[in-house]
Amino acid sequence: MSAAAPGTKAGGWREQAPLIFPALMLLAFFVVPFGLMIAVSLFERVAGGFYQPVLTTANYARFLSLFFGKILVFSLGLSALVSALCLIVGAPFTYLLTKLRRKWQVPWLVAMLAVLSLSEVIIGFSWSTLLSRTAGLSNLFVSLGLMDNPDAWTPGFFAVLAGMTYQAFPYAVLVLYPSFSRLDPSLAEAARTLGASPLRAFFTVILPALRMALIATFIIVFVFALGAYLLPQLLGRPEHWTLSVLITDQAIYQSNMPFAAAMAVFLVVTSLSLVLLTTTLGRKGRAA
Amino acid sequence: MIGTFLTRLFFAAVGLFMAAPIVVIAGVSINEKRSLTFPPEGFSLAWYGQIFTDEGWRGALTTSVLIALGAATIAVLIALPIAYALWRRVTAIGRAVQLLGVSPFVLPPVITALGALSFWATMGGYGAWYTVVISHAIFFTSLPLVTISLGFQTIDREVTEAARTMGANDRTILTTIVLPMIAPYIISGFAFAFVLSLNEYIVAYMTVGFTLETVPIKIFNALRYGYTPTMASVSILFVAVAVVVFGFVARFGDLPRLLGAWSSGDGK
Repeated sequence: MSAAAPGTKAGGWREQAPLIFPALMLLAFFVVPFGLMIAVSLFERVAGGFYQPVLTTANYARFLSLFFGKILVFSLGLSALVSALCLIVGAPFTYLLTKLRRKWQVPWLVAMLAVLSLSEVIIGFSWSTLLSRTAGLSNLFVSLGLMDNPDAWTPGFFAVLAGMTYQAFPYAVLVLYPSFSRLDPSLAEAARTLGASPLRAFFTVILPALRMALIATFIIVFVFALGAYLLPQLLGRPEHWTLSVLITDQAIYQSNMPFAAAMAVFLVVTSLSLVLLTTTLGRKGRAA
Repeated sequence: MIGTFLTRLFFAAVGLFMAAPIVVIAGVSINEKRSLTFPPEGFSLAWYGQIFTDEGWRGALTTSVLIALGAATIAVLIALPIAYALWRRVTAIGRAVQLLGVSPFVLPPVITALGALSFWATMGGYGAWYTVVISHAIFFTSLPLVTISLGFQTIDREVTEAARTMGANDRTILTTIVLPMIAPYIISGFAFAFVLSLNEYIVAYMTVGFTLETVPIKIFNALRYGYTPTMASVSILFVAVAVVVFGFVARFGDLPRLLGAWSSGDGK
């Protein structure tokens, strides 16, 4: 028979056979590059070249500077702010979205996917145009008589914040979407029957019921925002650069691969510990 | 009712926020003169023609499309066997490979990009066209992996058991029952990977940034070395491609379900 008894060695091998190609591809082109990056972070830089395999901790020692500390605090703060904004608007939005008939949900979901898949280059270009003096929103305000002269709102902190929130918002909605659409509708109905207004029901029944999902989403969107590598550069001044921008800059323009790799390892550790935190929270949430 | 009105107002505000930058870019793209002004001066679709007549932009578009087609194909080829093996039986090895498949997409993109740069620069091949195809495929494997796994969940075990009872072997079951049933999910996964590869910048830049020009790389270079309205028209083209592709996925599949809603009988 083709179906070998589960657990027998021959059957086991046969069943694992399809995994050989994917495993090899992922090992060769994800695990090896990842390991190599960690190795490079411990190697010495060769000026004008790439790296030489001489062990050093100098790349990590550079973290202990005020400059790096400032970048780190700014990156984490900015990502937290972006994630919070996305959640504050995204949670009620996703809730109302899942209340719509499916036919009406689809165009919104298509729009969210389309914006989410947009290149960071295109988002950066669009927002820098939208906030510019020559082609921006301020021209519209001038023609409406709200302002006297068009003004440039980029580069600046609020331009970075707007661009990054724009990029992360569809992500937040799509991460929240499954939890909200699987929420038992009788929950809100019960609250309504007991006399709560829709707004009150949302805050006192819906949000607490999804507390764990909301915390998890905050962290996931936070990590996503931490990954923005172009928007702070295109919409901000150098003091608005984040860790991801700095890594790109070091790798490409300063050709200091080892230092870029060390910062990347640091970014991975930060992101991974946050993701692990999410899964632990998720498990606790299910147990509760 | 005041509640409905407030809901509509809220949706309108979110819609306006999402649309604003795209509207401005669309306005800029129809400028008659070679300037980025908004509201546009005059009306011309010449900048859309430029995408296909200008050698640089046409080349970038061709490069991007070819890379995206190759990357999406390889991503599906990696994802399909993982989902298939896990559907037949969940094993520790299967889970481990699945985790590897999802990881690159969860980590910040700079990490994948830097890993790819370290790898190709060390192994040779840095700057060659296939490096970005392979690295994109690995980066986006998680998308077909998620959609195809969902597809397998929709297959009723009783159907395959019935086929087996009637004497069908694994291969027959795979080609006559399983593949036709998950085909829409394979296509959706391919579509997601294709659109994301088309738009991806940092991995492409760190692998072939100095030898090839994809559309995002060309737009970025134009941002630094001189604006042209073609940047705007090609951006709008990319928005349109994404809307059309995801629109098709929604038309032929159940998008809410694909994105994690329970399938419910409220008639979509």
